[in-house]
Amino acid sequence: MPHDHHDHGHDPGGLSPSGHPYRKDQDHALTHWQRMEIAIRELLVERGLTTPVEIAAQVARMDARSPALGAQVVARAWSDPDYRARLLADGSGACREEGIEVDALKLVAVENTPDTHNVVVCTLCSCYPRMLLGLPPDWYKSRAYRSRTVREPRAVLREFGLDLPDRVAVRVHDSTADMRYIVLPARPEGTEGWSRAALADLVSRDCMIGVAVPRTP
Amino acid sequence: MTRALPQVTPPPFAPPCPVGTPCLAPGDVVRVLPGGGGPGHVRTPWYLRGAVGRIERICGDFPNPEELAYGRDGRPARTLYRVRFAMAELWGARAERPEDTLDAEIFEPWLEPVHAS
Repeated sequence: MPHDHHDHGHDPGGLSPSGHPYRKDQDHALTHWQRMEIAIRELLVERGLTTPVEIAAQVARMDARSPALGAQVVARAWSDPDYRARLLADGSGACREEGIEVDALKLVAVENTPDTHNVVVCTLCSCYPRMLLGLPPDWYKSRAYRSRTVREPRAVLREFGLDLPDRVAVRVHDSTADMRYIVLPARPEGTEGWSRAALADLVSRDCMIGVAVPRTP
Repeated sequence: MTRALPQVTPPPFAPPCPVGTPCLAPGDVVRVLPGGGGPGHVRTPWYLRGAVGRIERICGDFPNPEELAYGRDGRPARTLYRVRFAMAELWGARAERPEDTLDAEIFEPWLEPVHAS
């Protein structure tokens, strides 16, 4: 079998020490859309409409979003019944109270109860509440998750380690238009009197997508 | 033909977004139009076409994505609803648990009222 990596002493068999293939160097020509992106960006900078510093700051702003923001909202809703009511009535407004701007999209919070479990998917693309959870995990964008969650949500949840009893109804939310969704999980028992920070530690990204429930202390 | 209809509890609050004069109300039974088979940017998934469900809530009025996709301004804005479907309606006997439900956002031009006989 041809092998053109003889000069790469660190690359036995093309696998990293953890057994994954190395990403190829991007030696191919730019694609049409890569050229378009560079051209538009350089024109905007040349015309003084934006600056490289502003672009880098916007990338940093997007990278700074993480599930910690969503967990902060959940922990407050668990601690403050009035806030919980406001979150369910107007998710975007409730986030703004916590200093989180949802921008043009609208946030809908859906609440897990003893007899209902909510799970979120976007079958059309990969709509996701990035302002609260950061970048979506790769599996959220996969065809398997997008097509199976609407068809056999219980089987999908079992693969995530969540085996729901038959008495709990599953409510799937397909994020098809201008709404974005966050699942408000049920507060675990045994957390009475906990601080918001301690509560937020129990809330993972997956809990807020609805493929998991919070750790019980 | 008996349709599997989900229960909805209309939210005890008004839509937080501007809404003009919606033709449908929470609790109404609606059918998603089958739509054409042609190309074009639509945001009504195939698996919901023709399905019957209930309006769960009114989301508000939003620019029409089927216009925005072609560089137009999306006006007039269209009323967006969340519609709840029973899994039995979507997948028939193959549903995992027939009374589980699915909520999706559908724009008003894609919905027609179904009058219970």
